[in-house]
Amino acid sequence: MAALVIAEHDNLSLKAATLNAVAAALQCSSEVDILVCGHNTDVVAQAASQIAGARKVLQVEAPSLADQLAEPLAAQILSLASQYTHILAPATANGKNVLPRVAAKLDVAQLSDVTKVISPDTFERPIYAGNAIATVQSGDSLKVITVRTTGFDPVLATGGTAVIEKLAADVVASNSSSSSFVGRELTKSDRPELTAAKIIVSGGRGLGSGDKYQELIVPLADTLGAALGASRAAVDAGYVSNDYQVGQTGKIVAPQLYVAVGISGAIQHLAGMKDSKVIVAINKDPEAPIFSVADYGLVADLFAAVPELTKALA
Amino acid sequence: MKILVAVKRVVDYNVKVRVKSDNSGVDIANVKMSMNPFDEIAVEEAVRLKEAGIATEVVAVSAGPSQCQETLRTALAIGADRAILVESNAELQPLAVAKILKSLVDKEQAQIMILGKQAIDDDSNQTGQMLAALLDIPQATFASKLVVADGKASVTREVDGGLETIAISIPAVITTDLRLNEPRYVTLPNIMKAKKKTLEIIKPEDLGIDIAPRLKTIKVEEPPKRSAGVMVADVAALVEKLKNEAKVI
Repeated sequence: MAALVIAEHDNLSLKAATLNAVAAALQCSSEVDILVCGHNTDVVAQAASQIAGARKVLQVEAPSLADQLAEPLAAQILSLASQYTHILAPATANGKNVLPRVAAKLDVAQLSDVTKVISPDTFERPIYAGNAIATVQSGDSLKVITVRTTGFDPVLATGGTAVIEKLAADVVASNSSSSSFVGRELTKSDRPELTAAKIIVSGGRGLGSGDKYQELIVPLADTLGAALGASRAAVDAGYVSNDYQVGQTGKIVAPQLYVAVGISGAIQHLAGMKDSKVIVAINKDPEAPIFSVADYGLVADLFAAVPELTKALA
Repeated sequence: MKILVAVKRVVDYNVKVRVKSDNSGVDIANVKMSMNPFDEIAVEEAVRLKEAGIATEVVAVSAGPSQCQETLRTALAIGADRAILVESNAELQPLAVAKILKSLVDKEQAQIMILGKQAIDDDSNQTGQMLAALLDIPQATFASKLVVADGKASVTREVDGGLETIAISIPAVITTDLRLNEPRYVTLPNIMKAKKKTLEIIKPEDLGIDIAPRLKTIKVEEPPKRSAGVMVADVAALVEKLKNEAKVI
């Protein structure tokens, strides 16, 4: 039977995380459909139909689905669930929010943050902040899975020829009024998205203030064309907003190059970035745990070293 | 309005766990155990709602072995009014815990359920959403701000691009993110007081729920080790390595 992937999008564009989830889905089943739930999503559905390996795109339109609220979205997914053996979503804030709701309604377990498909019923997933990898087998007839995007190389975004099938929104779903969307404060940025960036520059508590983050980290990221990240300590201290956080409970990233500045390397932070291809650490403390995972470590005063690095790369 | 807050006993966040040599799991014998940090935030939020006069009673619940009583005593010391332990030595997976919590919510007629967004041992991030589904009520996950008024909860959530705010009707399930509050330090007088509060112990069988695990753990392994690299002397050496050795810039 087939697998269903819940597309990650904001009604305007299809997010790259969908491609990693499709890659995982294709390892579970050769027939992969993509569900686009939202409002005015024609562009998204078009983009989804181009994804290499997709069989068909199911497009469901309703104003109540515009904001990806868990209640109507889960109802929509449930109305299609009986046709599938696997339901997958990228482990984004949306995916993590809605899929357990789907799983519980179906009375099946969910497999969270899957990093490897061993067989259609057996998967690897990290536990204890990635300090152990569990191989788990599901005994349920339907597998509900969130996909850790760094575990799967994305499929191609083009070359596919999936047909788009428009479905009517589930009536109960569109009448749901128990939950409503009020507003959004998204960080505006022209930079690459953190989870899809090839280079990330992250700052930690060692910077001492939000001003120093702006003064040192931002120019270095600009020079490298990098996305901006931060440790939990830096976010908690208010240097930058929550969506910058890399770590066990923040974003999981695996760029080509990760530059950690003034980050000591707590277990929780390492959990979010240790799969990066090349890690650079700049820290004044030679004993900092970040050096145990860094490919290149520089023990230096970051207030001098970072501007020097920015200049050298410009 | 009654609040039910769920707490889990987990390996302390400062402990670096080791995988057992037979690959059956991680070794948690003689390891420091604590309340899951997100659950501590959940208890604090519930107690603040009571202190603000919005909640009338805070009931802390846990499911697991007998030692979870210690975790519940911590919740009582933070300020919960009473506690319930659903005692079981079996492996409890998120769906089973959600079923246990649902039956307690039904029994207690609680209006707001506050849970941590994820436990730092299995990192599942499921139980709150599952509880909301089983109760068929709204959910607000990853909360960084909660305002309860007029039978509604306004919840600011930490999402991928920043923050979003939703309004949900009560009863509802809320899961906490890191920045919702900073839990208070538990004082000695409050620890003493907590010892006198009611802690009821029941069995899953008493609730008539199927708690059988759905996922079978086949093995648990160490992640591939990342070997430590080299230390460079200065910025010039770093740039040279990145350009010519790693070839990433």
